[in-house]
Amino acid sequence: MGSIQLQDVRKSFGNIDVIPGASLKIEDGEFVVFVGPSGCGKSTLLRLIAGLEDVTGGHILIDGVDVVDTPPAKRGLSMVFQSYALYPHMSVRGNIAFGLKMARMPKAEIDRKVNEAAGVLNLTSYLERKPRELSGGQRQRVAIGRAIVREPKAFLFDEPLSNLDAALRVNMRLEIARLQKELGTTAVYVTHDQVEAMTMADRIVVLHAGRIEQFGSPLELYERPANLFVAGFIGSPRMNFVEGPDAERLGARTIGVRPEHITVSRSGDGWKGMVSVAEHLGSDTFLYVEVPGIGTLTVRTPGELGLREGDTAVLTPDPARIHRFDANGQAIAS
Amino acid sequence: MATRQTHMLGRILIAPSVLLLFIWMIVPLVMTIYFSVLHYDLLNPGVHDFIGFENYYYFLTDPAFLASLKNTLVLVGSVLIITVVLGTLVALLMDQPVIGRNFVRLMVIAPFFVMPTVSALVWKNLLMHPVSGFFAWIATSLGFRPIDWFAQAPLFSIILIVAWQWLPFATLILLTALQSLDEEQKEAAEMDGAHAFSTFFYITLPHLARPITVVILIETIFLLSVFAEIFVTTGGGPGLQTTNIAFLIYSQALIQYDVGGASAGGLVAVVIANIVAIILVRLVGKNLET
Repeated sequence: MGSIQLQDVRKSFGNIDVIPGASLKIEDGEFVVFVGPSGCGKSTLLRLIAGLEDVTGGHILIDGVDVVDTPPAKRGLSMVFQSYALYPHMSVRGNIAFGLKMARMPKAEIDRKVNEAAGVLNLTSYLERKPRELSGGQRQRVAIGRAIVREPKAFLFDEPLSNLDAALRVNMRLEIARLQKELGTTAVYVTHDQVEAMTMADRIVVLHAGRIEQFGSPLELYERPANLFVAGFIGSPRMNFVEGPDAERLGARTIGVRPEHITVSRSGDGWKGMVSVAEHLGSDTFLYVEVPGIGTLTVRTPGELGLREGDTAVLTPDPARIHRFDANGQAIAS
Repeated sequence: MATRQTHMLGRILIAPSVLLLFIWMIVPLVMTIYFSVLHYDLLNPGVHDFIGFENYYYFLTDPAFLASLKNTLVLVGSVLIITVVLGTLVALLMDQPVIGRNFVRLMVIAPFFVMPTVSALVWKNLLMHPVSGFFAWIATSLGFRPIDWFAQAPLFSIILIVAWQWLPFATLILLTALQSLDEEQKEAAEMDGAHAFSTFFYITLPHLARPITVVILIETIFLLSVFAEIFVTTGGGPGLQTTNIAFLIYSQALIQYDVGGASAGGLVAVVIANIVAIILVRLVGKNLET
């Protein structure tokens, strides 16, 4: 079991309210990702759950028990840190076993569990090495091993992949997701990378300035963003926002269209503009089109189109995929 | 071609300083070796007979030699233990956030800047004096008989003074090391259920192994040659109780006017220092490897 519930959790450092009040419920076995721009309070929220920071107000319930006054080790959670925080003078075995040793588990059982965890993570042949003799990916796996060996109620990941190179990051992303599914343990994962969030999460919490903007499945966030912030944050390239008469015609202050939901042609009806930059990725082409009176719109088209810088393009949004937002930036249900 | 010329030029340019340093070191050494095989007595000027290793024989068989060797080792060992243990504790305290932390740090470091002669005098006359000293005042106000430190526990008094001088050094080095300890490591240990003591023994102390080694090696170099504190306070006495090797050599040369014997003693001291260094490097040097 491992459900985590936040009830109006607040945190301030001095006079600054980092988290003005967050409530959410993470179900047992769920993989939840906290995502948001840097400084949005996602790491702080994670550290509050871990117990490394004390809450200013509110309650944190793990399996229905309020743990606000429980020390971190007693909460039954384990954490993977951004820097991995391996103990440099201990071998891999010592690192993984440390938590069990502190729990005064019998030696034989520690050995059995460490070997088991090492087997799962392909670390068996490295058990006697020191962390400095390992590569980044291996260190990452040791940090994960240290987390799983304690059989926690939930894993907490604090941007664990940000120190790895791009290729390894994709691998570890898959590995963590697979491991979490296998173990069926609840996981809370903090990242600023929306690709990580979209690919790994069962549900995503989008945070902005300490507030939860939306909590839902990746596709929900993509298809039905609750407000302008989520709409702009999820999806790459960014959603295009258009204000003015085009929006008013649809009964909204702002309308948003994703680059992949715009069709480009050389002539016809729609927004007429000039291609300022064309980025060719092979599979896709990103066109940045200057439309007079609206600004730069980004368009994503499959394959090559033959449009070059300086050409005139006509953009037609898919009417079914237009998101409408009111004056407060909230989405208008269609 | 260009690199070879640069190398050549470099060697020529550093040659004078290397030569100077070499002469600076080698001339006194050779002179000491030369004096150590002479009968060179300041009371009989002009008589410089070659006597072979007799000076060494007399120095090594002198009962004062073994006594002072023991004193030297006790002094070095005790001061090392006191400064490393207390230094770690003080550094741990100073790593905590307290009001006026910078001022506290300055105060703790201050003794290191006091000259050995001055601090020895301060300890002797203001603190440890059996009649007018601060400790005597405390003892009498509590109704005890004051301790005559330099008569009753002379070597311990010297150890106290020297340890007081070197504590700031150890504290400073260990404090900077503590501050470089990764915060996330401590948090990871906290998540792993380690309490204050286990965190200290499993995380902090291993992290301090290297700076502690540095403290031990550097302090040993200086503690082997403690002189001013002894000269100012006890003059090596009572008897030989506070005479260390450095002071013994001094008294050989300038109290007994036996330059030959002192030179032999000096060379013995060099050998002893090297033995201590080798033992130390064997014991703790592996901490310096990466």
